Amino acid sequence: MATHEKIHIKTTINGNPEEFLADPHTSLLDALREIVGLTGSKEGCLDGNCGACTVSVNGRIVDSCLVLAAEVDGQNVDTVEGMANSDGLHPLQQAFLEEAALQCGICTPGFLVSAKGLLDNEPDPSEERIRHWLAGNLCRCTGYNNIIKAVQKAAKNL
Amino acid sequence: MQPFAYTAPTTVKEAVEILTKHGDKARPMAGGTDLLVQIRGGKYNLDAVVDIKKIPELNSLSNDSKSLNIGAAVPCHRIYEDPKISEDFPGLIDAAELIGGIQIQSRAGIGGNLCNSTPSGDSIGPLIVLSAVANIEGSNGKRSIPVEDFCTGPGSNALENGEILVSLSIPNQGSKFNSAYERFIPRNEMDIAVAGVASSILIGSNGKIESARIALASVGPTPILAKKASESLIGKEPGEAAFNEAGAIAKTECSPIEDMRGTVDQRKHLVEVLTVRTLNKSLERIGG
Amino acid sequence: MVNVSDSKSYKVVGTNPIRHDGYDKVTGRAIYGADVKLPGLIWGSVVRSPHAHALIKSIDTSSAEKMDGVFAVMTAKDFPSKDNKFGDIGEGTENLKWAQDNILASDKINYKGQAIAAVAARDRNTADEAASKIKVVYEVLESVTNVEDATKKDAPVLFKDLNGNHLGKKVKNTNIAEITRNGIGDPDKAFKEAENIVERTFTLQMVHQGYIEPHTATAHWDEEGRIRIWTSTQGAFDVRGAVTEILEMDVSRVKVTPLEIGGGFGGKIPIYLEPIASILSKKSGFKPVKLVMERTNVFQASGPAPGGTILVKMGTDKNGKIIAAESTIKLEAGGYPGSAIGAAVQCIFAPYDIPNARIDGHDVVVNKPRSFAYRAPGSPQAAFAAETVVDELAKIHGMDPIEFRLLNASKEGTRRADGVIFPKVGNIEVLEAAKASAHWKAPLGTPPKGRVRGRGLASGYWFNIGMKSTVNLQVNTDGTVALIEGSTDIGGTRTSISMQAAEILGIGVDNFRPVVGDTETAGYADVTGGSRTTYATGYAAIKAAENLITVLKERCAILWSIDEKDVDHNEGTFFATKDPELKISFKELASKIGDTGGPAASSGSVDLESGGGAFGTHIVDVDVDLETGKTDVARYTAIQDAGTAIYPAYVKGQIAGGAVQGIGWALNEEYYMSDDGSMANTSYLDYRIPTALDLPNIETIIVEVPNPGHPFGVRGVGEVPICPPIGAIGNALHDAVGKRFYDAPMKPGRILNVLGKIEK
Repeated sequence: MATHEKIHIKTTINGNPEEFLADPHTSLLDALREIVGLTGSKEGCLDGNCGACTVSVNGRIVDSCLVLAAEVDGQNVDTVEGMANSDGLHPLQQAFLEEAALQCGICTPGFLVSAKGLLDNEPDPSEERIRHWLAGNLCRCTGYNNIIKAVQKAAKNL
Repeated sequence: MQPFAYTAPTTVKEAVEILTKHGDKARPMAGGTDLLVQIRGGKYNLDAVVDIKKIPELNSLSNDSKSLNIGAAVPCHRIYEDPKISEDFPGLIDAAELIGGIQIQSRAGIGGNLCNSTPSGDSIGPLIVLSAVANIEGSNGKRSIPVEDFCTGPGSNALENGEILVSLSIPNQGSKFNSAYERFIPRNEMDIAVAGVASSILIGSNGKIESARIALASVGPTPILAKKASESLIGKEPGEAAFNEAGAIAKTECSPIEDMRGTVDQRKHLVEVLTVRTLNKSLERIGG
Repeated sequence: MVNVSDSKSYKVVGTNPIRHDGYDKVTGRAIYGADVKLPGLIWGSVVRSPHAHALIKSIDTSSAEKMDGVFAVMTAKDFPSKDNKFGDIGEGTENLKWAQDNILASDKINYKGQAIAAVAARDRNTADEAASKIKVVYEVLESVTNVEDATKKDAPVLFKDLNGNHLGKKVKNTNIAEITRNGIGDPDKAFKEAENIVERTFTLQMVHQGYIEPHTATAHWDEEGRIRIWTSTQGAFDVRGAVTEILEMDVSRVKVTPLEIGGGFGGKIPIYLEPIASILSKKSGFKPVKLVMERTNVFQASGPAPGGTILVKMGTDKNGKIIAAESTIKLEAGGYPGSAIGAAVQCIFAPYDIPNARIDGHDVVVNKPRSFAYRAPGSPQAAFAAETVVDELAKIHGMDPIEFRLLNASKEGTRRADGVIFPKVGNIEVLEAAKASAHWKAPLGTPPKGRVRGRGLASGYWFNIGMKSTVNLQVNTDGTVALIEGSTDIGGTRTSISMQAAEILGIGVDNFRPVVGDTETAGYADVTGGSRTTYATGYAAIKAAENLITVLKERCAILWSIDEKDVDHNEGTFFATKDPELKISFKELASKIGDTGGPAASSGSVDLESGGGAFGTHIVDVDVDLETGKTDVARYTAIQDAGTAIYPAYVKGQIAGGAVQGIGWALNEEYYMSDDGSMANTSYLDYRIPTALDLPNIETIIVEVPNPGHPFGVRGVGEVPICPPIGAIGNALHDAVGKRFYDAPMKPGRILNVLGKIEK
């Protein structure tokens, strides 16, 4: 039967097995930031409207503020921290730097994870498709121009 | 967030038992995209959140020549990414594609949208005009009700204590039937409908409208089946004159309020505009 | 001092290197305000008023105090009393009791969401639960939430202790904190002589900066009585100053470490959480305490831009020359006095050379959050009003809107109505660039089915500020340079500042290691605001680089055993003027620095009067759905004078970003107030900032009219682009549908109403 005791969660984060204890009411965002120590995913609104906390669960992008940590037991979670590897930056990260696609940078991790979710499944999206896909990620600094250009550039380079 | 227990039963029976025991101190969670926001906002003070995604029936999606069956926990993306469902039920896809952003659609589903029972629920109008049936199970067994009878007020519905929505069944009404949903929002995504209209029409062998349904969102305490507007179309030649008349009638069948999203006049006006637009789109989709 | 160069022969200035903080920010490693982790960290939570206007009768904290896991509870009583004290906590001298009440109310609530008490507990959930147990008894008062209601005869008055200054006259029992008047010439006489006069009244609603990162602060009060603060702020030294004013202590007892900041736009100049976290830390037994503001409270309780009403009247002679202008601008200060009225007055007629003008400004308190700076504070509101009237006058005279503006354009020597005489400014050059732009020359094209299209244009001005900055440089032995500065980097200024020092030193900017320091490691810097950072801190970097060259010349003199007067420097190479054999690159010299007298370092400081005002002109095409009133931006071009663009990719980014905030303001953004005085739309769902899907690519054109007050000619860039959009969109809507819009936002319902499709 249900209890308020902490839950033992075994999951894979950025390809690495992770085990931790979390309260049943801990969100995936809080678990990543406060328990696992991955602060790349950001808190912007806590109601699924800004996308700053976007992570990927089993290859699909979600707002991690609207997922309970308990739900990812046995699942694969990917965050911005897992995008670069020993060869260097992911082409999206490189394109964001080259196209000046960030100003303050707080929304950047969410945009990168979202855009990766798009390009992993659709290698050559139209500008309209990119804008539609990224509508769940808010940026208040750039006006989106350079973000769109960076995603287009990364699509070419992937 | 306030503390609560988390449980993820694997059978409907188990879920019903837990929900019955806790009464209004427990809520089922499918995508959680409304529930977790509501818990944070203090709408509920829960002992338990019951994750229903691990129950097989609630996660099944099947579409045969007779009907489409959508498990209550199936997220939107599974519906609109299925090419056959997209071809057969474009009016439902209109809604599934615009509930929240892509992140939300990875989790949120039609079942949750219906059970949340807001007047603006984007998928409820399409379900009504598609004559969908809600399949419910509780401690007293199973029952099915038409979706237009499901919502009873803002945030309230026909589910009794311990009952859960298991699935939605939508009849396939053939190639002379089609539907459409449009909502009006000031932006192009990520908004709640100022007003929304779903329409469906079935063209008879005589080329006239055999049956029609028009449902309205965000213009009353629940999504509304606009009966008079729907009936006005029966026996008519499909086209501008009939559609305009239906739009004018639909406008009289809603009871919107003024709030941050729009005024009474604006919403009534939009009901008329969107009724005509969705009827035209339904007709276009039937083709020929 | 380096002279202004027109030759554009720069090696570093004008290039687009990868920003120095880029790798950290695309990998998620960068530490923003809420990311700070400290041993023994606990969390705080704030209790806020559910009422917009109320007296606090009592606060009962006993249940919260008894809760398991709670370490401290505080109210305003824990701050030193501020009765009848005045001071400066960031935006000029003000009543410190009001400033403190805006952080934690002592006796009265002036807006919904105002903070009243706070708790610290072992984790965030426990702190939130404890906060919900604090019981506050209120006497609820009638609220007023707009200038019209607040200035009615029987309006509820927010302050018994406010002495209104109405054109020098002291007035009690008023919500109008101040009325000012500025003028030039004789407008009354000039209006009598005018051929055409247009007079309109505009309304605007309060809007929020909408930065994605909520306010946050972490503080640790230690056993020695020193406070360390980690926060997300536009100015670490301002936070230090404000916290020490509130807590009444010496500045040296507080150390502020600015972490990366997730947007500010002016809204992260004021402090909210830092003094609360400090007191909670002390009361918790010296544990570090973290606070993060929820999005709802960011909207309803942090400082947005004022709404208000603006009357504009302009008169032209028969040739279309504006000979008279008048304006009364009434802005909502929010719950405490101090709106952006002063800046609005300075900006409203700035693009025009008008010989006779009078501008009245009213600062009105209402039951809304205390307004603070938002990107060119006051100017976008003013520009909406002025640019609409200018557009109407151009139409009356049958003139092209750019030609009409060129005929009346302010330029070097023009005296503004508030008395300032313009130095060299680029207003005319910007208008000429707009006229020559591909967008202005392009045919309007065909809108999608069911839509009508229109084109509009508007100008805007911001004065930009100078103030104080310091940059310290230190040569590393590998030929790189550590650059330590105290200006918050909100969008690439580490790089734009380094680029200026690199240009002077003649080395690549990739040789720079810029750091934004804390208040104990960086030299003093005023806020990142007023578009001053690349201008003023960049200027300090230039001075520091020049000083470093002097130091390095001395080192060459030691190295070569010659007189330092005989050493010169050009493009990264030091050489002896009298011996062509003696030369050394910066990098090689750096490797020998240990043998030539030890570490080489330098410093540069500035205190600048003005940042060099700048103009922008925006062109927009809109498509309007006549049945639904929905407006889509089909094409947008922003033209702006940047003086000299140091880091053009980021100059363009500032211009595009500012334009998009202005588009949101024009079309959808507003504080929608309920009858009970609360903001109804306190989430990003209903406070509708533009998404990627709502916009076209924003085209940008940089015009460069160098600022004579800066060695490279830099003008502030960040604020100008938010000034023209509201007017430009209003003018485009008129072109599309044939009706004028005098109220913002020009949202779909309002458009349907103006078109006569709905009554309300």
